[in-house]
Amino acid sequence: MNAVNTTQIQAIAIIISIFFLLMILYLIKNKRIKEEYSLLWIFFSIVFVVFSLWREGLDYIANYIGIAYPPAALFLILLMAIFLILIEFSIIISKLSDKNKTLAQEIGLMKLEMKMMKEKIEKRKSKQSGNQLAETSS
Amino acid sequence: MKKKSSDILIIIPTFNESANISGLIERVKETYPGWDILVVNDASTDGSGGIAESTGKAFVINLPYNLGIGGSVQTGFKYARNKGYQIALQFDGDGQHKVSEIKKLVKPLKDGEADVVIGSRFNRKSDGFKTQYVRRIGIKIFEWFSFLLIRQKITDHTSGFRAYNRKVFCFLADNYPTDFPEPEVVILLGHNGFKMKEVFTQMLRRQGGASSIPLAKGPYYMIKVMLSMFMASIRSKIIKEEKI
Repeated sequence: MNAVNTTQIQAIAIIISIFFLLMILYLIKNKRIKEEYSLLWIFFSIVFVVFSLWREGLDYIANYIGIAYPPAALFLILLMAIFLILIEFSIIISKLSDKNKTLAQEIGLMKLEMKMMKEKIEKRKSKQSGNQLAETSS
Repeated sequence: MKKKSSDILIIIPTFNESANISGLIERVKETYPGWDILVVNDASTDGSGGIAESTGKAFVINLPYNLGIGGSVQTGFKYARNKGYQIALQFDGDGQHKVSEIKKLVKPLKDGEADVVIGSRFNRKSDGFKTQYVRRIGIKIFEWFSFLLIRQKITDHTSGFRAYNRKVFCFLADNYPTDFPEPEVVILLGHNGFKMKEVFTQMLRRQGGASSIPLAKGPYYMIKVMLSMFMASIRSKIIKEEKI
């Protein structure tokens, strides 16, 4: 009974982790995620596929680190994955907001520049038309 | 406002100061007719930008969305750098600083005494600006902490009344912190070997608007700022020691 249950769980784990991996690959294929931001996702979904196929691996690692209850090793890996990916997000957001700021500043500077150029051109135009008027009247 | 007419640029960052801004521009222009004014309108929602433009006495940069005080002031530095100014002043748009004291900040720069001059409320014993007790504690902690980090005594880290020479604002145009930038800038500049000097300036009660640091956010502000100050001091120097 017990053995049946564990193979059942293993089957579910394999299906879910493979589904997860395929989903990530599909999103990259459709350009919904950029390759450079998906490396961690791919890495950890492969890790999960590996551990769902190779059950002794988990026992081995748990034993090696000294975790009494092997499934807890899975939680450890999961937490690490989430942490790393969230940190990566913070890095990306910081970089983006920095670039965003520079862009906004550049736009502000350019708007002023453009306004001054426009004024200059208009002034020259009105001067020219003024000259023409003067010529025709004389 | 048509052309650059001076070597000195007074940068006024503004956010929703429609009540004060035109009067302020008039007063500054009256007192310092030869100097240029740049208003950086940080996406105000009350038409401050248009009001500033209508005076015809200031250059006005309208930012497309709100960047905060750091981003606004930095925009001013970029402008000053691009246009070849020699001295840039930061003068807050909320009417807390005295227009008549602007020249006090410029003089030490012209005399070459320092690269940065900070208008301080505190570096004189008497008739200073009365701040709340809690705020004073915070300011003292900054003084002590920054002396520990850069060994220059600065008494007013949160002052937004400052003058910079060209060397400094060109540096800051590329390296200006965003969130509550003033104390961090002190460390950044000290760490990169710029000479700072404080000048006593009076401070007026703000005429409108609220402090950028409400008391409830005090602890968050202190921790955030001290973290950035510390980080600024352990980053590798952006300006390398000059080889002699």
